[in-house]
Amino acid sequence: MWCERCSERPATVHVTKIVNDQKTEMHLCEVCAQETGGDLGFLFEQNFSFPNLLAGLLDSESLFSTGVLGSSTLQQGVKCSSCGLTFSDFRQVGQLGCSECYRGFGQSLDPLLKRIHGSTVHVGKVPRRTGGKVRVRKEIEELRKKLQQAISREAYEEAARIRDEIKAKEKEL
Amino acid sequence: MSLQDKKAQLIPAWIRSSGPEDGVVLSSRIRLARNLKNIPFPHYAGEKALESVLDQVERAIDLSGNKKNIRAQNQRLKLTRLDSLNQLERLVLVEKHLVSPNLINHPAHRGVVTNDDETLAVMVNEEDHIRIQILTPGLELEGAWETANEIDDFFEASLEYAFDETRGFLTSCPTNLGTGLRASVMVHLPGLVMVDQAKKVLSALPQVGLNVRGIYGEGTESKGNLFQISNQVTLGQSESDLISNLLSLTKQVIDQEKAVREALLKESKVQMENRVHRAYGILTQARIISSDEAMRLLSDVWLGIECGLITDLPAKKVKELILLIRIAILQQLIGREMTAEERDYYRAAVIRDHLKG
Repeated sequence: MWCERCSERPATVHVTKIVNDQKTEMHLCEVCAQETGGDLGFLFEQNFSFPNLLAGLLDSESLFSTGVLGSSTLQQGVKCSSCGLTFSDFRQVGQLGCSECYRGFGQSLDPLLKRIHGSTVHVGKVPRRTGGKVRVRKEIEELRKKLQQAISREAYEEAARIRDEIKAKEKEL
Repeated sequence: MSLQDKKAQLIPAWIRSSGPEDGVVLSSRIRLARNLKNIPFPHYAGEKALESVLDQVERAIDLSGNKKNIRAQNQRLKLTRLDSLNQLERLVLVEKHLVSPNLINHPAHRGVVTNDDETLAVMVNEEDHIRIQILTPGLELEGAWETANEIDDFFEASLEYAFDETRGFLTSCPTNLGTGLRASVMVHLPGLVMVDQAKKVLSALPQVGLNVRGIYGEGTESKGNLFQISNQVTLGQSESDLISNLLSLTKQVIDQEKAVREALLKESKVQMENRVHRAYGILTQARIISSDEAMRLLSDVWLGIECGLITDLPAKKVKELILLIRIAILQQLIGREMTAEERDYYRAAVIRDHLKG
């Protein structure tokens, strides 16, 4: 598809506007989109950094009401007991104040995390020392998966070895 | 100090070594974001809190003298406070990719830990308390991850990390939450740019969870056909899954670049020869050259070397120049601050000298 304004470059910016139930579509190249500016200008703002973007996401009233951050206005008053950051502060800066904020804001962060990562739960590395039992538990989970795989491959010697490993790890708990 | 010694000091050692796929890939990087328990994140922390982070990191690396994993590479770690450097020296750190532009915007209470060959850089008090970065030549994400993982364990042995069983490593911005991992690859795509396919190929990557950025990361433009590809998501996938996803998709981009180079060589060899030798000619003869023009011509010459059209110049010379001609590094090399006109003059001189000897 070519740009409908200059017909010289491929259209890479597609804009759908809905005003009073009237839908209009525009297909522009980047140059024309930048030149037409106006309400498209936001696409090319210099300060398009992630915290700004995130704050924008948090700030959008429509998202707010449709539930990215739940519909409760009460949440805005929620305060982190450790650093004192409020939820509405967070909405403005897009950054949390301290690690305790994650506990303080709790599940209100879930919709946002889902939107950013498509997930709300960590499955990667667990720190060696502070991770302690969590690490062992995750290792056991991994071993159980391997055990299942070994059994389905009928690799019984390997399965027995993994089973012993699991037993040893379970003792650590 | 001679110019040669100064150059050696200004170019990180890793850029001279070779790595897998280094005909297309300049470097790979692994970054881990970590924070300390019970201290507000840097943007929300007071001076005392920021100093305490610097202190704790300094104490941790003092202990490194006895640690095997760090000693194995026979490298010393050293913490540099950004307020002990002048602005030019700080900019040099950015241009060497050791710190982000963001870190030097607020030099007070900020620091960076580096090792001898500058493959390791730990930013202290950037967006997060600690950002561990490992840089390697070529496409070496798995190796870089192993090293970063070791360094992470080493710091964790003496520092109290903010970690949560469900959320993972807790970060100042929710976009880094979980693994805190940003893996990235700097690719050189002159072929794809030449046939006008780079945008098409790269614009598909965000749909599969990858980001494409300019050479200094977030918010910067591409120079010299260099693009940085990195993972977008940090939560909900393991480090090895994130890395293997980036790796396999980057390999597809590399293969496309290689295919285009081959096709260009087959179908328009004379035009290619003309282009790369013209670039080589200008670089060896010019008396005044801007940074943009130099990057463009170096990209052509590098392509010429990889395609076997230029045979009397090792690729590492071009890669060294990609760093040497940058604004701050160039001024540091000449030994004083310069106006834009002066820089263009000295840039041309440095390029001529470097390509000669």
